[in-house]
Amino acid sequence: MSNVRVLVGTRKGAFILTSDGKRREWTIDGPHFAGWEIYHIKGSPADPDRLYASQTSGWFGQVIQRSSDGGKSWQPVGNQFVYDGVPGTHQHFDGTPRPWEFKRVWNLQPSLDDPDTVYAGVEDAALFGTTDGGTSWREFSGLRGHGTGPYWSPGAGGLCLHTILIDPGNTARLYIAISAAGAFRSDDFGQTWKPINRGLVSQHIPDGAAEVGHCVHRLAMHPSRPKVLFMQKHWDVMRSDDSGDTWHEVSGNLPTDFGFAMAVHAHEPETVFVLPIKSDSEHFPPEGKLRVYRSRSGGNEWEPLTEGLPQSHCYVNVLRGAMAVDSLQDCGVYFGTTGGQVYASADAGDHWAPIARDLPAVLSVEVQTLA
Amino acid sequence: MIRVALPAHLRILANAPPEVSLEVTGPVTQRSVLDALEYAYPTLLGTLRDAVSGRRRPFVRFFACGLDLSHESPDAPLPAPIASGAEPFLVIGAIAGG
Repeated sequence: MSNVRVLVGTRKGAFILTSDGKRREWTIDGPHFAGWEIYHIKGSPADPDRLYASQTSGWFGQVIQRSSDGGKSWQPVGNQFVYDGVPGTHQHFDGTPRPWEFKRVWNLQPSLDDPDTVYAGVEDAALFGTTDGGTSWREFSGLRGHGTGPYWSPGAGGLCLHTILIDPGNTARLYIAISAAGAFRSDDFGQTWKPINRGLVSQHIPDGAAEVGHCVHRLAMHPSRPKVLFMQKHWDVMRSDDSGDTWHEVSGNLPTDFGFAMAVHAHEPETVFVLPIKSDSEHFPPEGKLRVYRSRSGGNEWEPLTEGLPQSHCYVNVLRGAMAVDSLQDCGVYFGTTGGQVYASADAGDHWAPIARDLPAVLSVEVQTLA
Repeated sequence: MIRVALPAHLRILANAPPEVSLEVTGPVTQRSVLDALEYAYPTLLGTLRDAVSGRRRPFVRFFACGLDLSHESPDAPLPAPIASGAEPFLVIGAIAGG
């Protein structure tokens, strides 16, 4: 029987939750790296026991940890993220130029076929990569250097590159997203990039056709249809059917289209999960009811999933990296909250139960389905 | 030997004892002590000083002999009790965040 491993990054350490394929009984291991912020932990698709973790601290900076035994033991590897050449400036919140300065790694995306190759999305926004298991990191400077970089400005969470997607049918194609610059695509393994934000409408941008400046919170893709992308924007849930060249809104009947997290069903490319949050100032579920919304039609028509989730007085947030799915037949769905709960559904969202209740605020959730 | 005391997070990260002893050649300064510390414990690279600028991280402090030397020049000589090993050089995580 398959096993499931849930990798949880929190404000104060990492936790690894494991269960068999029934997903009823869970073992919690941790905290790893207690006291440190763990922005992301991700396993290699090519070697599930190879894990990478972004360990960061306001005091002591960035550490990258690597495990070769599924998280039982860890080894610090390279933590030097140096921008290529003279980094120049981006815009600060007030519109003034601000030098690029590395702060932390938000997202680690291992290659689909090589455990030693990993992409890293960082703040201030840039893409780095390693081909030696994290020992050394090199910037893909064509992203910041493609022309619009000086006009990027941070979202409330910082100028962060938070999402990296690899097209499994064409690994030269990468998608990334930056708050608050927008989405970008590369077709040459990250060497050159273009903004892919046509169709996005953002009230905080005076130019309705602006190429950049959009606060994209998350991108999601089903591996069998990599040209179809879903986006949770600051406001609006969006969809593209042409690899991001154009977008259209699919918020439909959602109670609010603000939010952070989203995921696509492991086996149904048109089934999408989002977790609506009331607004950009009220970062909690509408009406105090924690509801995942599921669309089985690729957007527009959404149904609330509430069974097992708190339906009163719930004022947690679910951050952009904190939702994921397993690949078992009935598709488990998982998300973590800023209140420290991790909820899981073993039936694609119909029923939920907490698998951890009292962790530190959850920053990220990833899931591995193990043979 | 120069004695350096590390905060708990960095001791764990470096798998180091609470106080480490270091051989420092030449003048005993913040820079030479930190260079020796990072050489002995490479996982501490970037955790005390910014990797690019070499500047002390804002929330890291250096105390010695009852003094906060954080804002002193990294090339200023450290007090004699540090250089002689009579007193430890203290790396401190600043109080921040409540």
